[in-house]
Amino acid sequence: MFTSLRRVIKTGWRGFRRNIGLSLATILIMVMVISLATLLFLLSPVSDILITDIKEKVDISVYFKEDVLSEDILEVETEILKIPEVKDVEYVSKEQALEKFIERHKDDPVLMESLTEVGANPFLASLNIRAWEVSQYEQVTNFLETSPFRSLIDKVDYHQRKPVIDKVFSMVSGFYKIGIFFSIVFAVVAVLIAFNTIRIAIYNSGEEISIMRLVGASNWFVRGPFLIQGIIIGFIAALITLLISFGLCYGFDNKIKAIAPEISIYSIFVSNFFLLFLIQLATGIGLGVISSYVAVRKYLKI
Amino acid sequence: MLSINNITKLYPSRTGNAPTIALDNVSFKINGKEFVSIVGKSGAGKTTLLKLILAEEKPSKGQIFFDDLNIHEIKRSQLPKLRQRIGTVFQDYKLFPSKTTYENVAYIMEAMGASEQEIKRDVPQILEIVGLLNRADNFPNELSGGEKQRAAIARALIHRPDIILADEPFGNLDPYHTFDIIKLLIKIYELGTTVILATHDKEVINSLGKRVITLDSGKVIRDEERGRFIL
Ligand SMILES: Nc1ncnc2c1ncn2[C@@H]1O[C@H](COP(=O)(O)OP(=O)(O)O)[C@@H](O)[C@H]1O
Ligand SMILES: [Mg+2]
Repeated sequence: MFTSLRRVIKTGWRGFRRNIGLSLATILIMVMVISLATLLFLLSPVSDILITDIKEKVDISVYFKEDVLSEDILEVETEILKIPEVKDVEYVSKEQALEKFIERHKDDPVLMESLTEVGANPFLASLNIRAWEVSQYEQVTNFLETSPFRSLIDKVDYHQRKPVIDKVFSMVSGFYKIGIFFSIVFAVVAVLIAFNTIRIAIYNSGEEISIMRLVGASNWFVRGPFLIQGIIIGFIAALITLLISFGLCYGFDNKIKAIAPEISIYSIFVSNFFLLFLIQLATGIGLGVISSYVAVRKYLKI
Repeated sequence: MLSINNITKLYPSRTGNAPTIALDNVSFKINGKEFVSIVGKSGAGKTTLLKLILAEEKPSKGQIFFDDLNIHEIKRSQLPKLRQRIGTVFQDYKLFPSKTTYENVAYIMEAMGASEQEIKRDVPQILEIVGLLNRADNFPNELSGGEKQRAAIARALIHRPDIILADEPFGNLDPYHTFDIIKLLIKIYELGTTVILATHDKEVINSLGKRVITLDSGKVIRDEERGRFIL
């Protein structure tokens, strides 16, 4: 039993070396398959981050009329907090609104100049409301517009922003879906190519497999070395893909951060390292073994 | 030990013509150890008969029993055990093209789970006997026809099978090597192995003085102890 296993492994390794050209070609194809699996794996946390990030940024502001007292506004704030859909509320006074504006535009002389021209503080006090879910803003807005304190409210900016919010959301989920779709299509194509490469490699050994059966070798003894070759190829391909994906995540980390500061592709890679490598190994070895198994099967029927 | 019962083998025609009748109601028995020659013109059905005994082909009619085993009824997973009891010299050698002579011969021992020592002891010995020790590390495409044939013979003998099926094993041998291989087959037979030799080599048959089954167009036309080559 143990002798057989050792022989099967030895023969498999020898087969791998003697057909090194074909083995390398198969590894190359397999690297593509595993890379796509890796991409799919990394894409999902990235899109999660993007979506939460955008969700976080969505809020609505309720602007109060010029003469409303801050005590009244704080009272409204307590009322709003009682709405179950509301996650938190932030009070921005006229002065804070001005400060924020100055802070943001201090390098823009035109805006600063026009601000001085106005003379008085042109900003309104507001409450920034954040709901748990983006879909809940509709309800919150309805509540505000029918509430007893609606006479204090100058305007709610939800209506202007709704189209933008909706658009961004459909875009992000659209991109994500398209990304997933194409990755899956490519992955299927790559799997078929990998399978075919292995099939062609084994086709060359088809006659030999039949002879092995005729001289009395058991199916497992015949099949074993091919499965081992599949494992070796899958393992090497997974290892190469791991190195490549590490290199890319490390190298592009800063570039991606420059575009989307919340996303550290490198830390996603590191924190999911073992799961990722496991997925890469499973993809590579699984594909190698299954393809070999299927490809050998037809020559064993003798 | 081997019982061929009313075997008919038809090869269907691909073009829709009538099928080829390779064997037509063939029956004979081989009891215990025997040296049996199957003779007949080329196309008489010798190779087909050996293929059926090895369960490489299925009969159209009839059965073949190996001891009590109906070899065409048993499961495919049982075939290796059966085939390990048979040593075959194929007419077209069927050597493993990607294995060296040594590996070709060692393969069946490996498949049967023999130890490394046994393999290291037996393989060079049999290569020595067939005169191929100096070609041990060559691949089949580097061997001459006669060398391939001798490698095939070594592979058929290495695991000490109960039956040897030799399909025209002298086809590519010069008289000198033919004589050697005959001597070897006789010796193996005397040590207790059944030998089934398919050949159209008249001189060999006539010098043997053993049982001869003569096939003609798929039919057994003669089955004689101490037979001669008559067509
Ligand atoms: N695979 C096959 N398909 C169709 N006909 C075959 C096949 N193998 C053998 N035959 C035919 O069966 C007959 C017997 O062939 P074979 O057993 O090889 O004869 P022998 O070995 O005595 O020369 C021949 O007529 C041959 O053409
Ligand atoms: Mg023949």
